[in-house]
Amino acid sequence: MTTKQLSVFLENKTGRLNDVTKILAKANINMRAFSVADSADFGILRLLVDDTEKAKEELRKNGFAVSVTDIIGIKMANKPGTLNKILDILAEAKVYIEYMYAYSDSDKAITAIKPDDMEKAVKVISENNITML
Amino acid sequence: MIWNETAECMSRDERTALQGKRLKAVVERVYFNCEPYRKRMQQAGVTPGDINSLEDIVKLPFTCKQDLRDYYPFGLLSSPMSEIVRIHASSGTTGKPIVVGYTRNDLGVWNEVGARCLTAYGLGKNDVVQVSYGYGLFTGGLGVHGAVETIGGTVVPMSSGNTDKQILMLRDMGVKALCCTPSYALHLAECIERSGIPRSDFQLKVGIFGAEPWTEQMRKEIERRLGVKAFDIYGLTEITGPGVGHECEFQCGTHINEDHFYPEIVNPETGEPVAPGEVGELVFTTLTKEGMPLIRFRTHDLTKLNYDKCECGRTSVRMSKIMGRCDDMLIIRGVNVFPSQIESVILETEEFEPHFFITVDRVNNTDTFEIKVEVKEQFYTDDISGMLKLQKKLASRIQSVVGLNPTIRLVEPRSLQRSEGKEKRVLDKRVFCN
Repeated sequence: MTTKQLSVFLENKTGRLNDVTKILAKANINMRAFSVADSADFGILRLLVDDTEKAKEELRKNGFAVSVTDIIGIKMANKPGTLNKILDILAEAKVYIEYMYAYSDSDKAITAIKPDDMEKAVKVISENNITML
Repeated sequence: MIWNETAECMSRDERTALQGKRLKAVVERVYFNCEPYRKRMQQAGVTPGDINSLEDIVKLPFTCKQDLRDYYPFGLLSSPMSEIVRIHASSGTTGKPIVVGYTRNDLGVWNEVGARCLTAYGLGKNDVVQVSYGYGLFTGGLGVHGAVETIGGTVVPMSSGNTDKQILMLRDMGVKALCCTPSYALHLAECIERSGIPRSDFQLKVGIFGAEPWTEQMRKEIERRLGVKAFDIYGLTEITGPGVGHECEFQCGTHINEDHFYPEIVNPETGEPVAPGEVGELVFTTLTKEGMPLIRFRTHDLTKLNYDKCECGRTSVRMSKIMGRCDDMLIIRGVNVFPSQIESVILETEEFEPHFFITVDRVNNTDTFEIKVEVKEQFYTDDISGMLKLQKKLASRIQSVVGLNPTIRLVEPRSLQRSEGKEKRVLDKRVFCN
């Protein structure tokens, strides 16, 4: 039900993101989603990949600080109002969203959500027949 | 102008005789009143009877900053507490400050040497002096305050901070001389420029600056922007505070009030005196102090001495600008910081690796203080606010130990340089020598 997300600590300097993508390319790992949260001098890169364990190992081997976090990935129709519906459900259940990111392509859209209460979030989302990754 | 011509212009022979007499008295004082000194002299096989003239000073053991920490707070006092009338303190390495105690006579001597400084800057009883050094445990504020009152001038005891009020008082009190750190002087100059108040509204003519190193370029910039003649005032908390030395109108070195504070220059490695005029470590002996006399106190400052008579008429020895330090102490915004202090805080904070790198710079005339640290692998998280909290936690712990708020930069694991033996953990980008 939940999806494993990789979080990589990065200093804010030119070329650091390339270093990550290069390592993943070499290991033949495909990325499904990619987002960067940043502060003044460091950032946290968040990644959904096809082989989380392997990606984690490869990055650690190359000296990166990597942690694995559970998030909810939701596949939904790419049309007006779908994301709003999901967010309403979570808000009504009083689930707080720590962060989220989304992308859409042709008829489908994907959103990755990090709730404060994972159990409750998964429960209300499945009760509403919404497909999780 | 000279405040005390007898003392400041006496011949070298007369002064040497006076210093020898005072040295003998202060050595007797510490030997009979202060156990650590007595023990150390006994270990070195010296008794007060062996000290009969100034040249005998080389027989005496050194005192160092660590002694002030080891005997914290009152172990080096040579007067009973009933005679101590004031305490001052500066930051130390282990979180404990360095504490000094003054008797009433010590304050009198301090006022006397402070009066010599202000007189050398051309100030007198008709002048208003604004003291914008911090008042409190720091010797700056109260030290210069006493000096202004001694010459009969009018003191405006502003202390530090509150720049708008500083400017208001500078203008409305008709202040002739301002005393603060050189970096604060430049900040004030900038704020005055921005305020749009015309320079003609101010009576300011003299700047008295010290407590941190400054360059000739900085002097020129302050003089140009603040429209003052800028003078150096020299002092160390351990010795007494501001007033140990001062520049005169010829500004060719810092005159040391050596009838009270006797300077020597030694080789920092061997402790042997260097030839006159050579660079070495500055060592002070307080010849007249009662509360906490220091015998051959090693400052770790590198400089040289010039014994020639000055054009101003004073015969007191002149010290060149401090050229550096022979230990790893940093002076940041006037505060003494040792890398070992930073290290101990980081070691005590479990989320961080024991590696760090300090960068000190001067941006817009203010010292910057940055520490790079690595978070331990298991403490890197997905949570930005959690990481920021870690940053803040370390910054506030360091602030509570050294008294300065550093900028903490979290860096990636194993990105700080590891080296064999002596690690280079400090980069000081500031330039103090010309």
